[in-house]
Amino acid sequence: MNILVCVKRVPETGARIVLTEDGQRIDTRYLGFTVSPHEECAVEEAVRQIEKHGGQSTVLTLGPPEAVEQLRAAMSIGIDSAILLETDGEEWPPMPTAEAIVEAIRQQAEAGNTFDLLLFGNESADAGGYQVGVRVAQALDLPCVTGIKALEIRDGVAVVRREAGGFWEVFEVPLPAVLTIKEGINVPRYPSLPGRLRAKKKPVLEIKVGTRAGGLQKIRLRTPEEEASQVQILGEGPEAAPKVVDLLEELGLIPS
Amino acid sequence: MILALIEHDRGEVNPASLELLTFGRKLAGSMGTSLHALVIAGPKSLAEEAAAYGAEVVHMAAHEQLEDYAPEAWARTLTQLMDAEKPEVVMAAGTDRGNEVLAHTAAMKDLPLATNCTEVRVGEAFEVTRVRWGGSLLEDARLLGEPRLLTLAPFSTAAERLPDPPEPTLRSFAPTLSERDLRVRMKERLPIRTEGVSLTDAPVVVSGGRGVGSAEGFAVLEELAGLLGGAVGASRVATNNGWRPHADQVGQTGSKVAPELYIACGISGAIQHWVGCKNSKHILVINTDPEAPIVAKADYAVIGDLHEVLPAVCAEIRRRRGT
Ligand SMILES: Cc1cc2nc3c(=O)[nH]c(=O)nc-3n(C[C@H](O)[C@H](O)[C@H](O)COP(=O)(O)OP(=O)(O)OC[C@H]3O[C@@H](n4cnc5c(N)ncnc54)[C@H](O)[C@@H]3O)c2cc1C
Ligand SMILES: Nc1ncnc2c1ncn2[C@@H]1O[C@H](COP(=O)(O)O)[C@@H](O)[C@H]1O
Repeated sequence: MNILVCVKRVPETGARIVLTEDGQRIDTRYLGFTVSPHEECAVEEAVRQIEKHGGQSTVLTLGPPEAVEQLRAAMSIGIDSAILLETDGEEWPPMPTAEAIVEAIRQQAEAGNTFDLLLFGNESADAGGYQVGVRVAQALDLPCVTGIKALEIRDGVAVVRREAGGFWEVFEVPLPAVLTIKEGINVPRYPSLPGRLRAKKKPVLEIKVGTRAGGLQKIRLRTPEEEASQVQILGEGPEAAPKVVDLLEELGLIPS
Repeated sequence: MILALIEHDRGEVNPASLELLTFGRKLAGSMGTSLHALVIAGPKSLAEEAAAYGAEVVHMAAHEQLEDYAPEAWARTLTQLMDAEKPEVVMAAGTDRGNEVLAHTAAMKDLPLATNCTEVRVGEAFEVTRVRWGGSLLEDARLLGEPRLLTLAPFSTAAERLPDPPEPTLRSFAPTLSERDLRVRMKERLPIRTEGVSLTDAPVVVSGGRGVGSAEGFAVLEELAGLLGGAVGASRVATNNGWRPHADQVGQTGSKVAPELYIACGISGAIQHWVGCKNSKHILVINTDPEAPIVAKADYAVIGDLHEVLPAVCAEIRRRRGT
């Protein structure tokens, strides 16, 4: 089994998002970086499938040189190697992102490294385009199932489940295939110290890709207007309990 | 012409599609064009529904192999209708299925796609506003391509039924599908077993975060939820620590809830959590830290240890009920 997982570096925002003055990006001066929880689960799933079936796994990102941090994080929980498609830091729209990923996958195939399973997040944390995985699948003519919350591989077939309105929808697709993962498929492990040390020695293939525009052109980002709320402090500690129950009664929430 | 894909599950229309039709009817008006709808493998009642929300023409696509939902086959059908009818805009609801079908459509036609739009402005350029970061940021963007492909963020437009719905003009459409288009099909559908009230239907959600401290710590949240006929929710820290199942998670990558009252216990109010609960009618926070960001955003707050406050609240409810 040979698995590729694609992740995107995004800022780890707190309780309020601060934008740069030109509205082009999030002000990240005081922020750390991470990947979408869906992608963390995709990474964990790749590691689990390799533990079960044997083989190797690769993590790929298209992003600035610093995105190597997210690649190392994936390798610290067990991914074997990494590919960095290095941009100059501008965010790429989904179409060229998918194209660049497809090119990298083709180059790997030419070098004798073909993937049986391509894992993506269901949507990226920041852009939320819901499409890069699907575009890669179409370009490579592979079957694709989105929003996966359970995966079992039997005899070269992926049996997957996703949630839809109170039901599990079950799909079966032959490998190679593209799956986009949703958080909840597993609980990702934390990296161990030896895992982190090993990750530092694992290979990262760097490929420069520059900038590329696409047919969805960002003009600016804005924060939606929040309705101002006036918090009413009901009290401190257990003594506030009667006030809380008054409120529950007022809202008609205590069943008789 | 604007073409709207109607999403249905075995004949039952998805309410997000009615919002889409309302949005599409207004956009068609402002562009001086007409609104058509596409129903794939659905009953005629769906055409009537589509007409009642503004579709002037409804294309009814049928194929012997198309019974249940199949993402690529739906996208192939849509692209073939696009080739035949040359719409200026093609849209679907920004649901799991809507986004999936339009992503396939965009890829097949090598076109850009703007997902989860809330607004469209048509002038010299075609501009959209779309939601990012699960709803905590908006993006204004120019969308290129012929036709323009977009999905509409659910709940961003209120569905409006026409007062005097006209009879729809029906056109049947027979897509040509290959084995390849049908390779991803639903095998089976199993009910998800849930106990008690579901998170999204509960009148009260009692949610816990890192401040709860352990899986056992949730007992007191369960108790209060039980007394109120509500459900227990969780922050990502609680689900990531294995204290609660992921199905309980509220937020950007969990459920979006809008109960009468949301009680956030030991949750700081990170933006990714907030987008999942901000539509609640009322929000009550229980937190030891008066400076926690969620306190300022809430309607009511108790400053204190949830492990002291919640038992006292449960005891007070029992006392007043005389049980
Ligand atoms: C892309 C992305 C998506 C995400 N999606 C989600 C999501 O869907 N849902 C989600 O929840 N998070 C999500 N997160 C994580 C989010 O950013 C926060 O990390 C998380 O919500 C914090 O959880 P918390 O509030 O429980 O923990 P903390 O931020 O650590 O807050 C704990 C709070 O508990 C209080 N406290 C401590 N002890 C007590 C006590 N005894 N009594 C009362 N109060 C106490 C503290 O004062 C503090 O305010 C996402 C993150 C990213 C990057
Ligand atoms: N810059 C990127 N580098 C690597 N993978 C990406 C990138 N952008 C998106 N992806 C992958 O595609 C998925 C869907 O992204 P999106 O279409 O933006 O919602 C993400 O969850 C990632 O797995």
